[in-house]
Amino acid sequence: MSILEIRGLTVEFPGRKDTFVAARDINLSIEPGKILGVVGESGAGKSTVGNAVIGLLEHPGRLGAGEIFVHGERIDNLPAKRMRELRGKRIGMIFQDPLTSLDPLQTVEFQLVETMLEHLPISKGEAKQRAIDLLDQVGIPNPAERVKQYPHQFSGGMRQRVVIALALCAEPEVVIADEPTTALDVSIQAQILNLMKKLCAEKNVAMLVITHDMGVIAEITDHVAVMYRGNLVEYGESQQILGSPQHEYTKSLIAAVPRPDVRVHRFPQVDYIEGSAKPFKQIDIATHWLGQSRDYTPVDGALLSVDQIDMKFMTRNAWLPKNRQFFQALKKVSFDIKPGETFGLVGESGSGKSTVARVITGLYHPSAGTVTFAGQELTSLHDRRQVLAMRRQMQMIFQDPYSSLNARMRVKDIVAEPIKFHKLASTNSECFRIVDDLLDHVGLGSAAGKKYPHEFSGGQRQRISIARALATRPRFLICDEPTSALDVSIQAQILNLLKDLQDELGLTMLFISHDLAVIRQMCNRTGVMRFGELLEVQETEALFESPQADYTKELLGLMPSMDMLSRDNLEEEVA
Amino acid sequence: MFGFISRRLVMAVVVMFVVALISFTLFRFVGDPINQMVGIETTPEQREALRERLGLNDPIIVQFARFIMGALQFDFGNSYQFKQPVAELIGKRLPATLELSFVSALFALFVGVPMGVYTGLNRHSAISKLFLSVSLIGVSLPTFFIGILLIFVFSVHLQWLPSFGRGDVVALGGWWTTGFLTVSGLKALILPAITLGLFQMTLIMRLIRAEMLEVMRTDYIKFARARGLPSRSINFIHALKNTMVPVITITGLQLGSIIAFAIITETVFQWPGMGLLFLQAVQNVDIPIMAAYLMLTAFIFVTINLAVDILYVVIDPRLRTERSGL
Repeated sequence: MSILEIRGLTVEFPGRKDTFVAARDINLSIEPGKILGVVGESGAGKSTVGNAVIGLLEHPGRLGAGEIFVHGERIDNLPAKRMRELRGKRIGMIFQDPLTSLDPLQTVEFQLVETMLEHLPISKGEAKQRAIDLLDQVGIPNPAERVKQYPHQFSGGMRQRVVIALALCAEPEVVIADEPTTALDVSIQAQILNLMKKLCAEKNVAMLVITHDMGVIAEITDHVAVMYRGNLVEYGESQQILGSPQHEYTKSLIAAVPRPDVRVHRFPQVDYIEGSAKPFKQIDIATHWLGQSRDYTPVDGALLSVDQIDMKFMTRNAWLPKNRQFFQALKKVSFDIKPGETFGLVGESGSGKSTVARVITGLYHPSAGTVTFAGQELTSLHDRRQVLAMRRQMQMIFQDPYSSLNARMRVKDIVAEPIKFHKLASTNSECFRIVDDLLDHVGLGSAAGKKYPHEFSGGQRQRISIARALATRPRFLICDEPTSALDVSIQAQILNLLKDLQDELGLTMLFISHDLAVIRQMCNRTGVMRFGELLEVQETEALFESPQADYTKELLGLMPSMDMLSRDNLEEEVA
Repeated sequence: MFGFISRRLVMAVVVMFVVALISFTLFRFVGDPINQMVGIETTPEQREALRERLGLNDPIIVQFARFIMGALQFDFGNSYQFKQPVAELIGKRLPATLELSFVSALFALFVGVPMGVYTGLNRHSAISKLFLSVSLIGVSLPTFFIGILLIFVFSVHLQWLPSFGRGDVVALGGWWTTGFLTVSGLKALILPAITLGLFQMTLIMRLIRAEMLEVMRTDYIKFARARGLPSRSINFIHALKNTMVPVITITGLQLGSIIAFAIITETVFQWPGMGLLFLQAVQNVDIPIMAAYLMLTAFIFVTINLAVDILYVVIDPRLRTERSGL
């Protein structure tokens, strides 16, 4: 018998003009000890399903139709007070971001004890003991000591363990996990997934895991439901769905997941998503402004060479230099990037990848070592004109497409700004003609120039960022996690765009990512970073086939296994 | 914790020292003190004798040291106008101002915080809209106007409350007088306290409301809901506490200004407090009183700031580990 059963669930968000249906006629059920994955891209309605089950739909959302049962008891029509008692007691929830899901001003013990006293008939003393046991169960060392600590004293992965302990502390029968590992590093993600799987089996709970990550689905779920625009398009055993998807959307979704195992020339796109790729005027690079008058001195050997870079940040200031404390973000990092090459940097958060990018672009001044670009030592440049000339040649694309564009400027002004700043166009009208062409070329269309950034989706904004980066006619592009904030189908489009541009313009790229599969598809050579050190640099293929450093082997081993994913029927589509 | 407080104390002392310097400069260099003390008929010899007696011929450093030593013992010399020690004058007026400020601060907090929490949680309810409209009046109308309005309604028209003065006061010990112990004293407090506290109350209410709206959107509040915690716990333990840091900052500063700048309210209600004394001092260029008032105001602000800093650390555990970070 299934613990959680959802029948004909429809969730509506009534608007001023019409009602938006976020989820339509969803039927799901989960057995005890099993994990059901709900997968889909942003806006598919997967979180809505989770929120509907626990009765926390955002205003003005409401259940349009359908029934939800926990252990045969109907819960969707319960009065608010009964529903509140149910939350935590019978249905637990785990949120995405462990850094923000805990009250920063209360100890872990307080939050655990408070929740348990609310739901369980136990005394305060018992609750305190149970809090320690729970932390032990979720794998937190020294639980008796750490229970007295505040959330900020835990690392991200440890905090997610605390969140899991909190969700499980009143012994719920159903646990909903909304993107439980999205905010975590790969190695931590693997640990948390294992923990969830283990607890699910031990405590015999029914778990609903909401995720956009096919890797997570392949790793822990027993059943999977694929959602697309509020509809359940495919539902069944994970092995079967991933192995031989029936629905077109599922097929293209699986195809779009970057493959860690084989290098393909282009990313398969999710063709099912209609209206995503409208053809725009393509400019002929050979005759266009973008392609011509690239007055750069040609280089032999490396275009960029980073030599023995050290970077220290002061963490504690003191009057006496010897009392100052530093955090060493980079330790003797050296590598070269050849012209036309894509060089990958991979590592977990805090490994110093982004610091390298900032040192190269001159946002940080290194504590020691040199950066040489096209034969010119950047670290010793002081003349403003020379610095500007160097800056024009290298441009950066940032991770977050939401905060990296000025929300108060029109798109065409955003893209025109670097052209005007570096005085690359002789007249204003020429400048905006170039901007129009650039927007066309990155697949947005020149009409987009009149709009403001907030009118665009994440992927479109990233295209604006790319157009802006191209506007100085750079020869070196730094991409710092350019697709980490994007859906997998959008990621494929953006990465293809970057590849095309590189081919056309002969760009050299530094590509920073935590995602090994993306690195494998994008990069010629790759460096692995950890704790500010560059552990090894190899040809990408060689790195994946025969990693040298232990850490690289560990990272490769942690990649969610995609064996289950059907690749056979995709080979043809890609080919 | 100890290091933190001692560092803050050192800073407080530095601030007080600088204020003392300004205050001393005022005393010594704004006009000739002798000229303001004596009449026109005083001979130059008498002036010189007075100058010698007051130590005004000593080197500046010595005079400043004397001023500091005096200030440490609450000795700011004699008022030009009243020919009495300044400390005594202020001491007589201080209880009235402190009691008024205390009551109006309590009024601002105990009315403003619940109103802010309520309007933050029920932002669309009719009562919230009423509170917000009323608070707009509190912010936009000048204090003297509110005071006069209250006098007109409650003293002149309804004749419920007195329109001026402290009512009957009881002396406690040698130096404190209180209006808390008599009915007329309490009645006399009501109108001025509301007048003085109304602006702070609306400010606190609007601040708490804005912070509550912000906090209620955070993930930890969503997670608290998903754990089935009762709304009492969510609203007051998790949400309100997280709004406290900015609220304490503003409230602390406001409390300082309630005490230091009660001048307008005291004038409207003829409240025998320091504000009235200061106003008279300004009108009569009574520099010792002004200098002492400056020192006292600075002392109040520095003390409140210190308290605010310590409260931050008590409330937010993240600030306790500032030195052990990475």
